[in-house]
Amino acid sequence: MTTGAKEPSWLCAACGIALERGMVEIAYMGSAFPVELQRCPRCGIVYIPEELALTRMAEAEKILEDK
Amino acid sequence: MEKQRLQELENQCIQECAPPCTAACPVHVDCRGLALFMARGDFAAAVKLLRKALPFPAVIGAVCDQPCCAYCNRGRVGGAIEMAALERAAARFGETAPPRISLLPSRGKSVAIVGSGLSGLTAAFDLRKKGYSVTVFEKDGRLGGSLREHAAGRLFPEIAEKDFSVIESMGIEVRLNTAADPRDLPGFDAVYAAPGAAPAHAFPAIDPLTYEAGTPGVFAGGSLLRGSGNYSPIFSVSDGRRAAVSIDRFLQGASLTASRTGEGSLGSCLYTKMDAVAPVPAPCVPAQGFTNEAAMQEGARCLQCQCLECVKVCTYLESFGGYPKKYVREIYNNLSIVMGVRQSNTLTNSCSLCGLCAEVCPNDLNMADVCSEARRTMVSQKRMPASAHDFALRDMAFANSDACAMALPAPGGTCSRLFFPGCQLAASAPDHVEKCYRLLQEKLGSDVGLLLRCCGAPADWAGRDDLLEQAIDEFGELHRSLGSPQLILACPSCSRVFKRLLPGLDSVSLWEILDRAGIAAPEAKAAGPVVCLHDPCSARHDDAVQESARQIAARLGCRLEELPFSRRMTACCSFGGLQWFANNKLARAGIGRRMRESTRDYLTYCSMCRDLFAGQGKRCLHMLDLMFEDDAPGRAGRACPTWSQRRDNRARLKRRLCAGIKEETMPETDGRPELIIAPDVQAVLEERFILTHDITRVIEHAEQTGRKLTRPGTDRFLAHHRVGSVTYWVEYTGTGSGPFTVHTAYSHRMEIRERADI
Repeated sequence: MTTGAKEPSWLCAACGIALERGMVEIAYMGSAFPVELQRCPRCGIVYIPEELALTRMAEAEKILEDK
Repeated sequence: MEKQRLQELENQCIQECAPPCTAACPVHVDCRGLALFMARGDFAAAVKLLRKALPFPAVIGAVCDQPCCAYCNRGRVGGAIEMAALERAAARFGETAPPRISLLPSRGKSVAIVGSGLSGLTAAFDLRKKGYSVTVFEKDGRLGGSLREHAAGRLFPEIAEKDFSVIESMGIEVRLNTAADPRDLPGFDAVYAAPGAAPAHAFPAIDPLTYEAGTPGVFAGGSLLRGSGNYSPIFSVSDGRRAAVSIDRFLQGASLTASRTGEGSLGSCLYTKMDAVAPVPAPCVPAQGFTNEAAMQEGARCLQCQCLECVKVCTYLESFGGYPKKYVREIYNNLSIVMGVRQSNTLTNSCSLCGLCAEVCPNDLNMADVCSEARRTMVSQKRMPASAHDFALRDMAFANSDACAMALPAPGGTCSRLFFPGCQLAASAPDHVEKCYRLLQEKLGSDVGLLLRCCGAPADWAGRDDLLEQAIDEFGELHRSLGSPQLILACPSCSRVFKRLLPGLDSVSLWEILDRAGIAAPEAKAAGPVVCLHDPCSARHDDAVQESARQIAARLGCRLEELPFSRRMTACCSFGGLQWFANNKLARAGIGRRMRESTRDYLTYCSMCRDLFAGQGKRCLHMLDLMFEDDAPGRAGRACPTWSQRRDNRARLKRRLCAGIKEETMPETDGRPELIIAPDVQAVLEERFILTHDITRVIEHAEQTGRKLTRPGTDRFLAHHRVGSVTYWVEYTGTGSGPFTVHTAYSHRMEIRERADI
């Protein structure tokens, strides 16, 4: 179910091009900060892996909720 | 929460009260702590602890009159702890070198002590430590005064010599063979007269609180307060200590009377449950004192008295490692934080609000009240974490939306009775709602109406008074429009909400109606299963409902067994207070504990309890299963409907009732694409509180806009979409209008600001 390291990486379906690492702004509970994520260099669609959402993002959400 | 209210709540928890032994001891020796160190064989720690209360631990160990004994809880089950012998052993085995007593810098004032008994020497010891110059006048040739006569045979000279040697080592001047008149000692700033059981007329008016003896700067205490027949070593020590407090205050110009309530021998407010304590007989104390093994055994005999009644029965209270007095303070502090981390949000939101703590608390302290109030404050401060209750509140909103909520008769019509099954019965067993409604009509007349909606309990639990008020107002309006009929309630949580917020409402429990009318069994049932009845926690104080449930179950052929925690003492299934959403890990531990109370199938009259048990693999029946299902035992294994199925069940019930009863009909489907979800994926969605409805929104959005990711060489897509305040991600196969196979889904609350131009 998760994206293993050996699997081919995701492409943007609309633009048909590979994602590249880039800075994306993420916001929660009135705080916003830049994060480096995979994104489509043309249309900007972002990829957040399952593991990232379930671990580090969830932890960051809890910290911001309790702040 | 006001500070005064905090203190009231804190004072209700007696866990930190001194145990009976320590309270009774006039110098408050930590007997329980001492016994614990002795049991562990840590004699050095034991004597260090003793020295906090006693200047001469070995002497007291040899002669103490042990007022603690009369109050020792162990006294009722084997004999009171031999505390003095433990003290003596602690001093003997734990203190190999003379103690180092630290002294405060000199205050430039001097105190005379007349008499070198325990009272005088204790005062001398304490005042010297505080930095005063101290001179002891003793008319005899050695220290000890009346102690030596009264303790003859028990006070071995070497013990006294060793313990009292500390006096001179501290720099206290001792004048032996020197009689002194306390009222005629020029050159001293204060005098403490402790001459033993001397003629009482010498000091006709000694203040029992401050030990002032008529003349400013002159204080008196010790055996002269009690007379020669009532010698008490430990009360002499206490007198000396309390007089030293007065003398110190006198010399500093402070109030002699302020804040002295905790001194001397006191009663204890600590409750310790003694039901299951096995007797262990007290040992004989040899004349030479305990060996170290015997001392360890005696230490282990101490019950380590404490309350913790609520912590023992509640997984929530247990899991945070403390007890209500601490929790109340932490929750209060959490609400008072202006800048910084609110570390107790989870503590506040994790309580199931079930109220079992109040049932077992000797002072009725109810953490549900504390947490409920705190949640409301968090909401008003805009500090409530959205993740705690958002899912449940969305579920409530859905139950009260046009998709599910309905009234029969339709607006304009009236009825004299109104069946209110509650949103979770409709979500769990919609066909039972219908059957029950028909049964009520059949038995009570066609004048019975039906109202499908949520009472507002989730908003109540989440501290959302705004949403609660809205739910209650909408209900009130509908109820009035139906002619204010009597309400028949299937769900104990609805019953609690309505009783609290609409106290004038005429309502009755479905279970009482069925019991009283004798209509529980539509037809005779064969002998039913042996089951344990689980009372829902919201029915804790509803004795009549508890009784009716038992009557109905028995009439339906069930052989009932009571759980260890039932009726008023029942335990929550872990849905209460939205614990299931706010702290799912804890909730699973809590329901696991409840499930393990019996290996029997459970029977209950709350559909949410039924489903949560089933979801955790515990076979459980709802009362309506017994009434309406031919294979009731088989029904106990029915899976817990998923959160998505619960929504569908409510909506489908409304559609069915509209089609069957009303002229108008609802559209049968909403044209959603078909989703194929394997059971293991479904289980993941359930754990992550992701609805198929949310998944559909993501896929539809992706297919309409083309905004999705694709993995070369596979047929998989990954798409995300924000629904409300949550971003959902779905990995799926399929295109266009479907069907779609869902491989996984996950979510986060953080918002991604996607821009093409970064």
